[in-house]
Amino acid sequence: MDTSKKAVAALALNRFGLGPRLGSIAAIAADPRAALLADLDRPRAGELAAPGLPSSAQAFRTVADANAERRARQITMAKAEEAKAQAEPSMREGGVPTANAAATKMATEAVPNPGRQIYLNEAKARIDAALGSEVGFAERLVWFWSNHFCISADKIQSMSGAYEREAVRPHILGRFQDMLEAAESHPAMLFYLDNTVSIGPNSVAGINRTRGLNENLAREILELHTLGVRSVYTQEDVSRFANVLTGWTLLPAADNPDHGGEFAFNRRLHEPGAQTILGQVYSEGGVEQGKAVLHDLARHPATAKHVAGKLTRHFIADEPAPALVESLARTFQDTAGDLKEVAKALVASDEAWSLPPTKLKRPSEWVTAMVRAGGGTTADPRRFTAGQASLGEPLWRPPSPKGYADDEASWIDGMGQRLDIAHTYAERVAGALDPRFVIDSVLEGTVSAKTTQAVVRAESRQQALALLFMSPEFQRR
Amino acid sequence: MAPCRHLPSRRAALLGSGALFAWTQLPKLARAEGRDPRLLVIVLRGALDGLGAVAPVGDPDWIGLRGDRALVLDGKTPALALDSFFALNPAMPNLYRLYKANEATIVHAAATPYRERSHFDGQDVLESGFAKPGVYDSGWLNRALLALTSGGRVDASGAGALAVGPVTPLVVRGRAPVMSWAPQLVVPASDDTRARLLELYQHTDLKLAAALEGRIRLAALAHADGSTASGPPPQLPPPGIARARAYFAEAAGTAARYLARPEGPRVGAMGFVGWDTHVNEGVADGQLAGLLGALDGALAAIESNLAAAWRETVVAVITEFGRTARINGSNGTDHGTGTVALLVGGALKGGRVLADWPGLKTAHLHEGRDLKGTIDLRAVLKGLLRDHLRVEEAALAESVFPGSAGVAGTAGLVRAA
Repeated sequence: MDTSKKAVAALALNRFGLGPRLGSIAAIAADPRAALLADLDRPRAGELAAPGLPSSAQAFRTVADANAERRARQITMAKAEEAKAQAEPSMREGGVPTANAAATKMATEAVPNPGRQIYLNEAKARIDAALGSEVGFAERLVWFWSNHFCISADKIQSMSGAYEREAVRPHILGRFQDMLEAAESHPAMLFYLDNTVSIGPNSVAGINRTRGLNENLAREILELHTLGVRSVYTQEDVSRFANVLTGWTLLPAADNPDHGGEFAFNRRLHEPGAQTILGQVYSEGGVEQGKAVLHDLARHPATAKHVAGKLTRHFIADEPAPALVESLARTFQDTAGDLKEVAKALVASDEAWSLPPTKLKRPSEWVTAMVRAGGGTTADPRRFTAGQASLGEPLWRPPSPKGYADDEASWIDGMGQRLDIAHTYAERVAGALDPRFVIDSVLEGTVSAKTTQAVVRAESRQQALALLFMSPEFQRR
Repeated sequence: MAPCRHLPSRRAALLGSGALFAWTQLPKLARAEGRDPRLLVIVLRGALDGLGAVAPVGDPDWIGLRGDRALVLDGKTPALALDSFFALNPAMPNLYRLYKANEATIVHAAATPYRERSHFDGQDVLESGFAKPGVYDSGWLNRALLALTSGGRVDASGAGALAVGPVTPLVVRGRAPVMSWAPQLVVPASDDTRARLLELYQHTDLKLAAALEGRIRLAALAHADGSTASGPPPQLPPPGIARARAYFAEAAGTAARYLARPEGPRVGAMGFVGWDTHVNEGVADGQLAGLLGALDGALAAIESNLAAAWRETVVAVITEFGRTARINGSNGTDHGTGTVALLVGGALKGGRVLADWPGLKTAHLHEGRDLKGTIDLRAVLKGLLRDHLRVEEAALAESVFPGSAGVAGTAGLVRAA
């Protein structure tokens, strides 16, 4: 097979997939475009076979139940300690606070937080799916959309993995509108962007209580998820949309042992009446009012432009040609947001195959590519997530609702950190992994002569592997 | 001025000319002048509630606005009186001490020129120095370094800037070389591996070469006096506010150690997240109090690690915009406009609150909801860059804060050297 064909295959695997594994360049070299499309045509592409993982609501209840049990134990133990202290007056001085602290410590040890373990189980399922996928295009789309509609495990750890499985994965090749509705109505999102505490000022609950509107979710939907910042909406639109979304909440775990953590529309929190958004009047209709707004937002030309811009920036170039963005936006509009057609249009574009690999892989993509090239098919989720976190991209923990940045400037100064991670990984695998084998058999000779030279001249296998994984052709796509 | 689009070639040119290495041989003109100035910029991402940090307790409308969530002098957690009108959040005892020692200045009702409410556009305006949001690839701090001539206090060609954290803040990105440092969790690669990789990059990818080089120089600096600047590798930090506290202190303290070195960088920047307090803001004893306490700890770490260099330092703590003047429906605040900027450091002529107080009556609020911005934050930053780092007026108005000729730099922020 000639080198240029292999180079195109490697480009396809890096730009749209998760990087070459042993044999994957040869497997797709005959027709890399078709291989990418075939990855999307697999039955249930994008979904995760994850038996045993709890639903988001189950995970939420598990954590809530543990918290409640811990509190109960703490109270019981504190009472016992206090009684003991009172029985021994000489011990009384400062004895009660100490008893309380001891009770808290004992309760924490007796009932640890299950949220961390749920997070790690979810992380493992996701990492193994990435390492196990042949091409990885569908997974990359999952990652892209999960970042577009991001939530943070710092705020809602129990649901962070299940959210992606429930709201994102089923729709990456479906309609944008369905993903939008699934994401915005998902309890994790409602919790993350504070909609669970947003109350219509004139709703039954709003009149009875002193709490009221919170516009966080409404603003981020308009600014980040649909129309895009500085597009067509005003502060008034944000506030009215926030009114529309009041009542979108989740069932509290304390009162709902079987359904706590599930989505609920609570009419008592909902601001009554019609609302005008972007000049369109939405009559009162309970939860349907919000769905109607999302429906129209999904079809708005500004949304098509915003989404097309982000997709091209992610997959093709930091500064994509405007014509390419426009053409993709047109596909989005013409197909009413059919995301499979949009993904196919991206692959069909000339730029996807003609532009040099200038994009710097994000830390998550680069770490995954490294382990794939090293022959790993499964990973320790603790180590993997810690590595990703030290590179500035902790899994499901973006610093803000905007998600992780998609440009080189944000990540390039992390090269020192990447080298240390490459070095650490290389140290672990060098005993069983020959760098020459990775170049010849995994990357099929698609690295530069200069990189090959550096690898060959390295002082150790470990150093050779670190240099290979840090080489420009391994980091750019 | 259009955003710079020529980063790679300029960086490559700097690399080619050897300027990247020149920073260790800085001419110390500044010392002859009596000061070797340091400037550290801390960006609070998410929009700090300025009224929660520094409360206008003397404003007759203050209590009416925030009710029992208003910080007051005789509350359960009494605010710390700064003067007859303003009082500081009690979570910041260090800042209070510095203020009393004339080493802190508080600027109130300040705002960038940005008047919308997107965090991300707001941060871009704050950090780029441009008056309008857009896509920029350099920040005002980096361009200020470029604007410095060798006659200035800081040598421009090689002084370098320090970025702290795994993601470089926009304010310090640009053509002047940037060194970055992030907390370590893994065993670092050897110097030899670094040198070999750098050699590979120099033949294949100059942008990667420049990025790696910043890191190598920083590592060399850390080992210059036989100790490590970053100390022992930190453990995984604890969750929640304790994690924020640990991270703030470690990041700020490390930055200070680098800035303190005679041959180290002279400007630095870092970002702290978590200030978007929409729900249960907890001004006096919750979320915001915890974050302000963490920030206060970071300021203390900076002061102590700078040691003698503290006298030559200004730390500017800035945020993209403020929050709504009133409490929202969930005991928090939504995105607003005017807020505070906190300046600390031994080089300041401090002990003052600078404000052109706009008032809190609804008619005086921006769009009836936010504290107005009556001081242009660019004026404060220009004053610091001019009087502390000696950046020329013309450069400040054109390249550092483009289109800001009409915004005069605030005079008298720093002591005479």
